[in-house]
Amino acid sequence: MSGLDFLTTRLETALGWGRKYSLFHYPFITACCGMEYMSAACAHFDIDRFGAGLTRFSPRQADLLLVVGTVTHKLAPVLKTVYDQMLEPKWVIAFGACAVSGGIYQNYAVVQGIDRVIPVDIYIPGCPPRPEMVLDGLMKLQDKVQHQKQDWRWAKKP
Amino acid sequence: MGQETLIGEIRTKLGAAVESVSESFGDDVLVVRSGSVRTALTALREKPFDYAVLLDLTCIDFTAGEGRFELVYHLYSMSRNVRLRLKTSLAAADPVADSITGLWKNADWLEREVFDMFGVRFTGHPDLRRLLTYESFEGHPLRKSYPWRLAQPRIPMKDKV
Repeated sequence: MSGLDFLTTRLETALGWGRKYSLFHYPFITACCGMEYMSAACAHFDIDRFGAGLTRFSPRQADLLLVVGTVTHKLAPVLKTVYDQMLEPKWVIAFGACAVSGGIYQNYAVVQGIDRVIPVDIYIPGCPPRPEMVLDGLMKLQDKVQHQKQDWRWAKKP
Repeated sequence: MGQETLIGEIRTKLGAAVESVSESFGDDVLVVRSGSVRTALTALREKPFDYAVLLDLTCIDFTAGEGRFELVYHLYSMSRNVRLRLKTSLAAADPVADSITGLWKNADWLEREVFDMFGVRFTGHPDLRRLLTYESFEGHPLRKSYPWRLAQPRIPMKDKV
């Protein structure tokens, strides 16, 4: 291992560690799962213990997009715009059955899973998911963030 | 004045416009001819009937027949604490009804919703646009003839919708 490789590896670990404990999230809340999000975010379950306590109400300041609830075809362009406004690196959690797959709605109005519109990192099923499941999903995302490779400018692209 | 007497009075007042009077789920149901809905509602809104509140306006698609679409008006009298359902059948080919935005302002959005979901045109409506779906949406999704689960995405989707 060359010196530069060793340095970037350690830097990646440090960056991942820093990022996974400071996930600023943007809540894109459209439906009843919002109650479970509030429950997870407030003192009883407290996502601040995982460093995800800072809610940003501008996508430009957020790392994590929480899509909580049903996304309709009318709303899909808005979700795409919000995702595009976020700066890299960014992650997306599909929160609840509707965001994951359209849930109980299979009709003219509802997008059958937000992964048809934007890329998704973590899927949290449930209608609505218990806050423990949200915390589990958050920890899985932290794991992903920790082990994510950085997009170094000088690295050779395949 | 008792409710029975009042219903009798409504019959007398509206005359031939009333097709039938019945009761369902504790409320009076009045079926009128489609041409006289506006006249009937104008009369019902005033004293002595005093159905001053338009609670809801919706539509039902019965899939077949001349009276395929049925408009349902839900009225409420605050002075007497009673409700009244007023129904009328519309033609299947070209469902048209008179707008009642002049009587109740909240009829504006209710009629827009019925237009959006069922394609019922309301003559005399000031701004009959879609309310719930978007401009590019084709057809009326709550009609029984609308294809099952047919979505109309506004942006390209990654998978078949």
